Amino acid sequence: MSVIWILFPPLIAAALCGIPVRRSWVPGATVASSLIVLTLAAQMAWRVAAGGSVTDGLNPGWLNWIAVDGLSALILLLIAFVATTAAIYSVGYMAHENLTPGKLRLYHANFNLFVFSMLAIPLLAEPTLVWIVVELTTLCSALLVSFDNTREALEAAWKYVILSLMGAGFALFGFLVLFAAMHAGGGGTYTWAGLVIAAPRMPPLLMQTAFLLILIGLGTKVGLVPMHTWLPDAHSQAPSPVCALLSGIETTSILYVILRLFPVMQAVPGAHAETWALVLGLISVGTAAFLLLQVTDYKRLLAFSTVEHMGIILTAVGLGASAADYGAMQQIVTHAVTKSFCFFAAGATLLAVGTREIAAVRGLIRRAPEVGAALIFGGLAITGAPPFAVFLSEFAILKAGLAQGHYVATGLLAVFIVIAFFGVMVHLNRMVFGAWQGAAAVSDPPGPQQAERFRLPFSCALALILAAMPVIVFGVYIPPPLHALLKQAAAALAR
Amino acid sequence: MSDATRQLVENLNALATGLFLLTAFGLVAMRQARGCLHLFIAQSLLLAASAALLGLRYDSPHLYGVALVNLISKPIIVPWLLRKVAPAGFYTRREIDQVLNIPTTLAIALALAIGAYFLGVPLANAVGPGYLGPNVPIGIAGLLLGAFTLTVRREALPLLLGLLAMENGAFLAGISIAHDLSMLVELAIATDGLIIVFIVGVLVRAVEKHVGSTAIGELASLRESPARPVTRKAAP
Repeated sequence: MSVIWILFPPLIAAALCGIPVRRSWVPGATVASSLIVLTLAAQMAWRVAAGGSVTDGLNPGWLNWIAVDGLSALILLLIAFVATTAAIYSVGYMAHENLTPGKLRLYHANFNLFVFSMLAIPLLAEPTLVWIVVELTTLCSALLVSFDNTREALEAAWKYVILSLMGAGFALFGFLVLFAAMHAGGGGTYTWAGLVIAAPRMPPLLMQTAFLLILIGLGTKVGLVPMHTWLPDAHSQAPSPVCALLSGIETTSILYVILRLFPVMQAVPGAHAETWALVLGLISVGTAAFLLLQVTDYKRLLAFSTVEHMGIILTAVGLGASAADYGAMQQIVTHAVTKSFCFFAAGATLLAVGTREIAAVRGLIRRAPEVGAALIFGGLAITGAPPFAVFLSEFAILKAGLAQGHYVATGLLAVFIVIAFFGVMVHLNRMVFGAWQGAAAVSDPPGPQQAERFRLPFSCALALILAAMPVIVFGVYIPPPLHALLKQAAAALAR
Repeated sequence: MSDATRQLVENLNALATGLFLLTAFGLVAMRQARGCLHLFIAQSLLLAASAALLGLRYDSPHLYGVALVNLISKPIIVPWLLRKVAPAGFYTRREIDQVLNIPTTLAIALALAIGAYFLGVPLANAVGPGYLGPNVPIGIAGLLLGAFTLTVRREALPLLLGLLAMENGAFLAGISIAHDLSMLVELAIATDGLIIVFIVGVLVRAVEKHVGSTAIGELASLRESPARPVTRKAAP
């Protein structure tokens, strides 16, 4: 089986969405394609977990451009999983929006193209080609962010495009410098694996420059502080299933590209790649933890939590131990599944109450019990409360940090995680369990319509249940194949 | 190639890159949107010229390819695409208030260009012996000035051109240090530039339709502030 087949279902589905057929068929195409992608990704991940990397049997010239190892198989699997739940969620969520058939087709075509561009990131191994698909993720998702066509959504999309592409400009130069460094060091094949082999011969100055340019450039798209300013806007204004994709998996798959550079930088004396990761990571976690306290919009709250988690993953990699790498990989998994669940719950809340204001939502558990329960479950899970998945991975990272002797960094990380826990829970707790307090509940006064119970669309409920399963399971038990895959992925960081 | 021709080619490349730097300055400061577009086209032509000259110098068919791709995509397809997707009146806009006034903007731009020189020379030295010309420092200057354009401009077209100018800058440096990058990659990057123009054009059209202006810089309602109006859209 050729690994490249996994790219075709989303492309075909996107093309099918262009055909004007019955509107009920359009979401079906997206769901079907993402199910196929999920099957293929799971199969691939299984093979990688069982034994080593999978290289595609294309023509010799292209041979090295497509490669799948533990790390990329893990990212592929996550993209496929989140895309599947988001596709299922989209069916009911978009039906609620009363879209014209054209607009619905546009949404699904864009959705599939976005998934396609994300799937290409871990599959490709040639850095400049990866840069191009990273650009494509921005461009394919821009119109999804602005999908609501409100002033705010357009502003968010604009900021997203300009800042991400600005970062991409720096990253492009970084990748060109990396290529030059390889050339100056005697050449080789310009792929992730080839870079690791050639690294000891490459001029350190060029490597450091390239690393910093790429870290800053792609870090903009990951949402690392201080380049994060666009992220809360874009991740809160997009329709909720898109938010789940953006926050849950897009940020992670860009972070994956940065992680690919760490084994290369290992060979450079005095490069301090780990220090950069540690510092930028801690700044991101800290800033996000404090910003969480003052948000007024619950989708922005979750977006800031993404900034926090990206910081945690980068910090874990910066700790520079194989145990911390394993923790980082686990965190990548737990964050992706939990954050997508959270955005599904937030979307359900938006459907139930019609506002994004935290202050305007009180007593959600009485009005829409299943939505309120999902929201508080998501809040607890994402902030790392036991017994959910994120708790285990954060615990693994903190433990590895202490074992490595990074007491200050680990201590700071723990403090920030605790602050973020309170930041998120204070807001969500009020929304779900808070009592009506006079003028606080502006958009939803207690009255006759409050008695009318909100009904969550079936597909949304299904997506919530599917997304909740790994959040619960991975909190108590890591299945052996996943454990093997995580080990392989951590080994790709080569320490 | 004889020494005299080589000298001539190197001098011509220096001239092209020097003019490239001037266009980058112009993009930061030019008020008229249409003027910005003309400057951007000139910049892309100069990039193509530099690529062709370096191709001659290194005897590299790859660089002729880069020159050709640039010659076709930016001066011809970009304006055509903009006419297709962007709203009417996009070109005729004049920027009334930049974030900074023009003398200050130019002073900062100058400082950036000087900084780029000090960044670029050690980089070029690390790449190794052989002719690189002024491409690396001027390319970095183009990259930084493009990024600076994005921070001081408010009108949509100069912002879009700032993005593309950043890419031009990265390429101007790239063709001298990474001149045997695969042709497929060059083509893909050029295509990517066109997709940027298309998507940004569509966005600008939507902004103009819903907000009534192409002055994107004035959109600034998203921030941490209490009592924002409820943003959920009513069904159409």
